[in-house]
Amino acid sequence: MGEPVLQLEQLRKRFGGLVVTDDVTLDVMGGELHAIIGPNGAGKTTLINQISGLLASDAGRIRFAGRDITALSAHARARLGVARSFQITSVLSGFSALENVALAVQARTGSSFRFIGRVAAEVDLNEPALAVLNELGLTELATHIAGELSYGERRALEFAIALAMQPKLLLLDEPMAGIGREESLRLLDVLQRLKGRLPIVLIEHDMATVFALADRISVLMYGRVLASGPPAQIRADRRVVAAYLGDELE
Amino acid sequence: MQMSLKRLRPHDGVPILIFLILAAIPVLALIRSEDYLLSLFERLMIFAIAALSLDLLIGYGGLISFGHAAFVGLGAYAVGILSAHGMHDAIIALPVALLSSALFAYVTGVVCLRTKGVYFIMITLAFGQMVFFTASSLAPYGGDDGLTIAARNTLGGFALFRSEGSLYYLIWGCLLGAYCFCRMLVGSRFGRVFRGAKENALRMETIGFNVYRFQLAAYVIAGMMAGLSGFLLANATEFVSPAYMSWQRSGDLIIMVILGGLGSLHGAIIGAGAYLLLEEWLSAFTEDWKVIFGPFLVLVVLFARGGLLGMGKGLVRRLSGG
Repeated sequence: MGEPVLQLEQLRKRFGGLVVTDDVTLDVMGGELHAIIGPNGAGKTTLINQISGLLASDAGRIRFAGRDITALSAHARARLGVARSFQITSVLSGFSALENVALAVQARTGSSFRFIGRVAAEVDLNEPALAVLNELGLTELATHIAGELSYGERRALEFAIALAMQPKLLLLDEPMAGIGREESLRLLDVLQRLKGRLPIVLIEHDMATVFALADRISVLMYGRVLASGPPAQIRADRRVVAAYLGDELE
Repeated sequence: MQMSLKRLRPHDGVPILIFLILAAIPVLALIRSEDYLLSLFERLMIFAIAALSLDLLIGYGGLISFGHAAFVGLGAYAVGILSAHGMHDAIIALPVALLSSALFAYVTGVVCLRTKGVYFIMITLAFGQMVFFTASSLAPYGGDDGLTIAARNTLGGFALFRSEGSLYYLIWGCLLGAYCFCRMLVGSRFGRVFRGAKENALRMETIGFNVYRFQLAAYVIAGMMAGLSGFLLANATEFVSPAYMSWQRSGDLIIMVILGGLGSLHGAIIGAGAYLLLEEWLSAFTEDWKVIFGPFLVLVVLFARGGLLGMGKGLVRRLSGG
């Protein structure tokens, strides 16, 4: 697995008197699927927002691919290769699925301060976008308006957008939340294929998914890392079982 | 891909029809020897340019600027002030009009675009009022009363603006140019990012776009186009006044864009036309024409989502057996 791709060093975030991220230190290695679990309100989404740059950290450092990105804006981090999905799926609802993905291709290829030429007809954008849609089995939805897709399809489209960025790190915030059994099986299949290709940080409540996919698991409680290690070790950790897994594994 | 191409194509016929009708007005005016038709439609097309640029911001960018008349005023005052100092040529006046509105758009845009929603509306209004009061207090240039322009601009020494016919087609050409430019812009790489920011700014940021820079560029472009409309307005009316940039005028422009149908470009032209023609027609009946216009506007907004253009499309659909 080699070098860590992402290093969080004593990261902190407080909202008023509430410390939501409390001295979080963890590594994500290249090619690893690192799951972050913990009860509601443990600060998982806040952590993802800090890593992707939507929230500024109060203290600590974030290193990505050997670079300190703590002070960078969200779009600058995205350009370096940090892609993410949202707990509540976030796509461009008025755009076609193809356009959604082509925009992500556009973001990494050439300047977008180009005022002439029909972007919808640019083969250099449409072909890579179609290739990604194809890979996720969304080809037939390419011309559909994103806002008219089912929730699961939109979630898959969000994956496609992230993949089209050719990211070096993928942050997934509860990808299985709110979608039906059948579609979640399809997404699980997608995740399985992505695993190993690039490092992934996965927040998920569905423990079956987590233990099936994760190379390492970190348990977050009240903003602190309670334990971190391979699934077998986490499952056997008495503090984790007592605090969280106990009722989840029943 | 072919499909998405087709879907994005505007209803080509409507814009072509609009420009043909506008081109035919001088002929009609000649036949019926009604000169006021020319100046009425000059005004209409000038406002259409300003409305177009506002549609770019509101309809495609979701940026509701309530100070758009300021740019029109700046363009107009550039002509007025230069001509008060004996500079009558458009070779100077046009660049000054465009650059001053662009500069104002840049400086205010840097501030305004840090805010969102209602705050954006309020802050653009505030900047617009600032320009309005500045112009009102410009005593050397007429202050409240405005400034009569001694002579229309020449163009490189030629008196192109001075005959009503050539001025009319010049304005027509500017409107056509502005329309084609906007059409190109919204379909370009730049336009896609700008439209995307309206849909979901957060998603655009996390894909890797600095949304603010794109919005600022669009704001400057729209400001310049409104400045062009001000330049033409000063030449057509041979008069400039702070009233050109009052907040009511900014409101009129928003009404035009909504009346015609947001986010279609030619809807803005239709809206400007409908607004000014209704004003003309209704004010012939009564001085209090706004008493009739107000409820009409409410009805359009309530029952015709997508404005007059949307209403027309619905009608066509129904007639063609939908």
